[in-house]
Amino acid sequence: MKYNINWLGFYTLFVKEVWRFWKVATQTILAPVLNVLLYLIVFTSALSQHVEIYPNVNYTVFLLPGLIMLAILQNAFANSSSSLFQAKQNAGITFVLLAPISSLEFYLAFIGAAIVRGLLVGIGVWISVIFFVDLPFHNIGLAFFFAIIASGLLGAFGLVSAIYSDKWDHIAAFQNFIILPLTFLSGVFYLIRDLPPFWAKISYFNPFFYLIDGFRYSFLGVSDMNLMVSIIFSSAAFIAISIFTVWLLETGYKLRG
Amino acid sequence: MSNAVVIQNVHKTYRQVEALKGITLDIPQGSFFGLLGPNGAGKSTLINIIAGLVRANQGHISVLGYDVVKDWRQARFSLGIVPQELVYDAFFNVREMLKLQAGYFGLGKENEPWIDELLETLSLTNKANESFLRLSGGMKRRLLIALALVHKPKVVVLDEPTAGVDVELRQSLWQFAKKLHQAGHTILLTTHYLEEAEALCEKIAILNHGEMIALDQTKNLLARHPYRWLYLDLKEDYQDFPLNLKDKIITQKPQQLVLRLHREQDSIVGILEELKKANIEVVDLHTNEPSLEEVFIHLINQETSS
Repeated sequence: MKYNINWLGFYTLFVKEVWRFWKVATQTILAPVLNVLLYLIVFTSALSQHVEIYPNVNYTVFLLPGLIMLAILQNAFANSSSSLFQAKQNAGITFVLLAPISSLEFYLAFIGAAIVRGLLVGIGVWISVIFFVDLPFHNIGLAFFFAIIASGLLGAFGLVSAIYSDKWDHIAAFQNFIILPLTFLSGVFYLIRDLPPFWAKISYFNPFFYLIDGFRYSFLGVSDMNLMVSIIFSSAAFIAISIFTVWLLETGYKLRG
Repeated sequence: MSNAVVIQNVHKTYRQVEALKGITLDIPQGSFFGLLGPNGAGKSTLINIIAGLVRANQGHISVLGYDVVKDWRQARFSLGIVPQELVYDAFFNVREMLKLQAGYFGLGKENEPWIDELLETLSLTNKANESFLRLSGGMKRRLLIALALVHKPKVVVLDEPTAGVDVELRQSLWQFAKKLHQAGHTILLTTHYLEEAEALCEKIAILNHGEMIALDQTKNLLARHPYRWLYLDLKEDYQDFPLNLKDKIITQKPQQLVLRLHREQDSIVGILEELKKANIEVVDLHTNEPSLEEVFIHLINQETSS
């Protein structure tokens, strides 16, 4: 058998990864959607009457794209990190490592599944709120672009953390010491320019900020940062982590002895 | 006969520990080959390098002429590995696992009749919709074999397939391995059970501390051991034996004696004459050839003392 790309191998691994989270959709899709709705209820009940971020944009409308993006980011990370780490723990990953699947095919399959889960959660949140909130849609193509880049980026980050981790505690450390701080400095709940100068400056190096700002623009048509800067910065971050992840897989680090 | 697996000067070091120290070995196509060695000998490391799960620091391995590093896709397609551990994916049932595994190898619906056949042959048909976690130990082993064979590999590696299984299952796995061999597969078996290797393998390599200390046909290997055993039934419960026989006695029971004789230096006739001179009457006798286990221990001890 001679081939350069194992298309069916890649597709099977992608399907398996989607199938895996779909079998536990209550936990992987419904729970995150409910989570975001609870955030929305709490924040908007407390703040929507008092804060107007952009002219004619109330806090609920400002908050919602950020919350959707937050759910996308968290779930894309959870998908690839938990799947690969669990497979490492029970050695189920051996089945894939024995197969003629390249590092790139492996990467694309896992990232593809992370994107599908990110989009499903994002769409799930959007569908469940449009009945209660008058959320505008400025550019649907852009919304998908940022959602895909965001879930791809966090999917890749999830793979990296699963590769490095030796126990669940390590995965939690990636979540608590990297993802969580980046989330809180990303402008989900406020405008970055309203932060003290030091924290605002730090936030401009945070890829989550560009993802959320660009994603918010695709709904509201207004943003903190120039749209092109958000597109370029987000894409560059995604490409950089993708190259790093494929390289890491290629080295076999902690996967092939 | 061409070779199914060619291993050339393979070295592997884990941090400071040299797991493999330049292993060179050919496994002929269609053979049933045994790879033996105590724990930590390097067997699993070698198997994992063949499978692409571990990378060698030096040396080359090819499977059916495909280099496991350069032509890794073809090499992996030619190889089916039954892993030592009970590895699993708890999300999927037996049939789903087999379909996914076939898919990883680029095989789709056209492979489904073969999956049915595997399920049937390995008595898993009525468990096809069960999760791995609900299978018994024996069924889990059989599923791992099915997973290794799902892409019809020409070379099958059984990495300690009968470790921890009961006698009945061990026998049925042996029968299945024999069937695979008869169907033309090259089988590479690693095992701790030397009787298993003795019963199944035509050729055996013995590893110890990352080095190959023996490589020969099983029958030659068995003949290599310099001792055999002489079992004597005696007329009475004798206590005194000729002095030059005393160091050969390994078991002494009432009216029974077991002697260890060197193949070249000790003759059975000579021993019987010595006993006759000492007025010891022998009622019956039989000899035992060494088992692979004794050869194995002899070789390992020889290596350790050198």
